[in-house]
Amino acid sequence: MDSASLFQHLMNGAMLGMMYALVAVGFTLFFGVLDVIKFSHGDVLMLGAFAALATALGLSHVGINQPLLQLALILAAGIAVTAIVGALVGRYLVLPLKSAPALNTLLITLMFGTALREAVRVFYPQGSNPKPFPRLLSAEAFQLGAFSLRVDSVLLLALGALVIFATRWLIERTKLGLAIRAVAQDEETAKTMGINYTKIVLITFALGSALAALAGIINGLYYNEINFSMGLNLGVIGFAAAILGGLGNFYGAILGGFLFAALQTIGAVAIPFGSSYKDVFAFAVVIALMAWKPTGLIAEREVQRV
Amino acid sequence: MKRSILVLAATAVTVYLAVFLHAENQTLVAALIVGAFISAFASAKLGWLRALRAANQGHPRWLPALAVAGLAVLVIYLREDHFALLMIASVLLYSVACWGLNVQFGYAGVVNFAGAAFFGTGAYTTAILAAHTALPHWLIILLGGLVAALLGSLLLLPVLRTRGHYAALITIAFGVLFKTFLEVNDTLGGPQGLKLPGFRLFGWSFNDNITVMVNEAEHEISFYVAYIALALTLAALAFTLVRRLEYSWIGLNLDAVRMDELAATTFGINAARWKITAFSFGNFLAGLAGSVQAMMLGFIAPNNFTLSDSLIMISIILLGGLGSVWGVPLGAAIVLMLPEKLQVLQEYRFLLFAVLVIAVLLLRPQGLVPRALRQLRATP
Repeated sequence: MDSASLFQHLMNGAMLGMMYALVAVGFTLFFGVLDVIKFSHGDVLMLGAFAALATALGLSHVGINQPLLQLALILAAGIAVTAIVGALVGRYLVLPLKSAPALNTLLITLMFGTALREAVRVFYPQGSNPKPFPRLLSAEAFQLGAFSLRVDSVLLLALGALVIFATRWLIERTKLGLAIRAVAQDEETAKTMGINYTKIVLITFALGSALAALAGIINGLYYNEINFSMGLNLGVIGFAAAILGGLGNFYGAILGGFLFAALQTIGAVAIPFGSSYKDVFAFAVVIALMAWKPTGLIAEREVQRV
Repeated sequence: MKRSILVLAATAVTVYLAVFLHAENQTLVAALIVGAFISAFASAKLGWLRALRAANQGHPRWLPALAVAGLAVLVIYLREDHFALLMIASVLLYSVACWGLNVQFGYAGVVNFAGAAFFGTGAYTTAILAAHTALPHWLIILLGGLVAALLGSLLLLPVLRTRGHYAALITIAFGVLFKTFLEVNDTLGGPQGLKLPGFRLFGWSFNDNITVMVNEAEHEISFYVAYIALALTLAALAFTLVRRLEYSWIGLNLDAVRMDELAATTFGINAARWKITAFSFGNFLAGLAGSVQAMMLGFIAPNNFTLSDSLIMISIILLGGLGSVWGVPLGAAIVLMLPEKLQVLQEYRFLLFAVLVIAVLLLRPQGLVPRALRQLRATP
């Protein structure tokens, strides 16, 4: 394999890793504050992408065709929709089941994800077909020696990285982030310190879901296509990435996301039968890694009192 | 008195199912579904369900026998209706698989999100063995279950080492891996899947319609009746096994491991051993059911064994009540029959179904037939 196509694989892997990391950070945030897995995350992502698409079509319809303005507006629309839906899921599906077994929360959010997916398939015009996503960023490629680099992938990678850094800053440097971390550490103590528990949980759900919208829009802009079942795959992989890194750990989620993308890329490049086995390879390695590190690569510190 | 309650309940359910399965008119179907909801709610309010439960505990052998009798009546009534009989057979087979999952989830507390993958392992094993060997089919079905248990044992190390959500990932990853592998592997048929011959027992093919002579007249009976008999045999075996398991000291150990693994180990219970037992036993039952299902349908494809199908199995056991033995067939009947009967809502049925499960989880999180508390006393 020549170095130019290797570079292509590398860029593609980085792009995937960024999307997975964004999804995984959402999972890890939810788990941090509430110790739950919100499995509708992937489908919320899909909803965000469809909301963005509908906004783009609407904007073109009323004559706003300036790509950057459109981009800003569809990002805003997608993020707003997912943030609201995420908070609603937290308020009406996850919080009421707080004392129920973890399995119930998992199932109820999974079912909500199914409902979202089905709703888009049935109610979005021709929702069962893949939808072309507008190309809002320049697809021009500039040459770096033998390597060709697409402008849009560089911009999307930069956008993803920026958002991840902003989220980290929010969690670690602001008062809101302090409250989120306090709730994550100890609900009771956080409440006695005057933190509005429900509010913080819902804000965290909105924040995590907004990241999913971003991942969905990046996915749409990069592949120029979205479909109603895109959330299934991205949700499962994002979940795998969050777990692989160690639940509740911000850096673990990012590590997990990029690691999974790296495994897929390695699978595609190194396995002789071509790319079809890349997912089989990646998931097999994930299972093996979990056998080796049962609580994720950046392990949770856990004390069990007898 | 107590027995008459059981007989009455079984008769009511049989008559209801006969009408429901026979109904073509969509208004009638909808009315029957609403009626079932209302009468279930009313009987709960009037304390009838509690009486039924008490009667069942007093005479544990009556309800299984009545269920078999009711099923026989139902099959005779619907003898020519292929589709209704297929649904009954599917409910029985899914019950077998879900009893297996129930031992994992409900007793030992081992999560398994790859139920459909083990179901599919049985199906694919059957397809390959039936095509390439001359083994008798009853043996092939048994092997289908064993291969599923064997494949599951590959996951034992990670499953035993992980807890909670981390353990969930192992089986989710395995389920996705399984389906993707089948899709890209051409020797196993790829995405198009494989065809299977029908089940044969001592030279008798289950795929031929049965002709019986009644009063000198020939009556054609759907071949699905034979599969229902086979599925019922398996279901009866699985039911007895799971019931015995629950009441035995093995069930006690499994419960202890689920409730508090650490505390159980301090009492000398070997948690790993019981988790392995439950996991392998559950996968065996899932594989067994998958084998028969594959032969009955005559065709399998990777798309029948996706993560969503595993989730359907889990919704069956949660809907019935985690660990509840009678909840499984009830959950299976609701989950499998409801979307099929609501043809008028074809487009919206999965949406409705998802909303229904959400409603049950919010309003009745313990399931429709919660598992009874273990009563540790000598039976009178």
